[in-house]
Amino acid sequence: MRDKTVVLQAFRAAFPVTVPILAGFMFLGIAYGVFMNVSGFGTGWAFLMSLLIFAGSMEFVAVGLLLGPFNPLGALLLTLMVNARHLFYGISMLEKYKGTGWKKPYLIFGMCDESFSINYSARIPSHIDRGWYQFFVTLLNHSYWVAGAMIGSVLGSFVAFDLQGLEFVMTALFVVIFVEQWMKEKVHDSALLGIGISVLSLIVFGADKFIVPAMIAILAVLTLTRKALERKTAEAEGGGRV
Amino acid sequence: MTMTVAQQIFIIAVVVLGTMATRFLPFLLFPPGRPTPEYVRYLGRVLPAAAIGLLVVYSLKDVNVLSGSRGLPELIAVAVVVWLHLWKKNMFLSIAAGTILYMVLIRL
Repeated sequence: MRDKTVVLQAFRAAFPVTVPILAGFMFLGIAYGVFMNVSGFGTGWAFLMSLLIFAGSMEFVAVGLLLGPFNPLGALLLTLMVNARHLFYGISMLEKYKGTGWKKPYLIFGMCDESFSINYSARIPSHIDRGWYQFFVTLLNHSYWVAGAMIGSVLGSFVAFDLQGLEFVMTALFVVIFVEQWMKEKVHDSALLGIGISVLSLIVFGADKFIVPAMIAILAVLTLTRKALERKTAEAEGGGRV
Repeated sequence: MTMTVAQQIFIIAVVVLGTMATRFLPFLLFPPGRPTPEYVRYLGRVLPAAAIGLLVVYSLKDVNVLSGSRGLPELIAVAVVVWLHLWKKNMFLSIAAGTILYMVLIRL
């Protein structure tokens, strides 16, 4: 009985946080399902890909891969490039996903942009089980995405609502989490670096190729300035407590 | 040139494998049983802020500032989200207001 309460409480705490994702994934998922449909891939394919890949932008890219010439190595390299940002998420979540037992492989499997940013920034109340909370955030996001893709795939071109612009819900979510992080930290160097280097890289390399150079540059700067940054952080935090 | 179904399934498997590699690698390299190198723990502390910054830029990467609406709807909506969130600190309000404003702006 107690176990059930723990699970239910975690679900009740996790669900509200995922509502913006519900809106965003329904929209993007439907768009994806429709896109799959018009590209000649039926509901089974949409289900398989949304369930197993669960990385929004990569799934759109994958449709292109399926329609081109058979090139597994090219597909692998492109996937690694598009999804390289997950490496940063993993390093950031090493501590937060610790001790979650059997749920951990699923948490890592489902660590898309949205699950990462919510689970990273969540202030989980102390009476809520952290593992179950993170599990439900991931599971709900995953379900929204698969459901959206299914709806889009089945309805195909019948979907005629004018929902253009709803995809901005994702940008708004990331901006909100950025602001939350900003208010929480005393030293903003890393946040500013993340924005600055990414914009610079976007201008230099263009939308399709900017992520990997941006990641390398961010890593390089954070590594080279480690001593100074650690000192600055220690001073800022020490000063804050006095 | 069209692929066979087997080839298409193979490509999907490769994409799944590639995606999972980027998600699992840090956890496999630094398992909880062994002490994580101090450098990686440092990265774990400072990287999230930069990663979220990268994510913000990533979600806006296809905005064209040279033509069309020149990115103005995005700029205005992002500014409103930031301002509203600093002021009210209410996640739903910030996201909903920003998105509705954006949907209105692109229709003007």
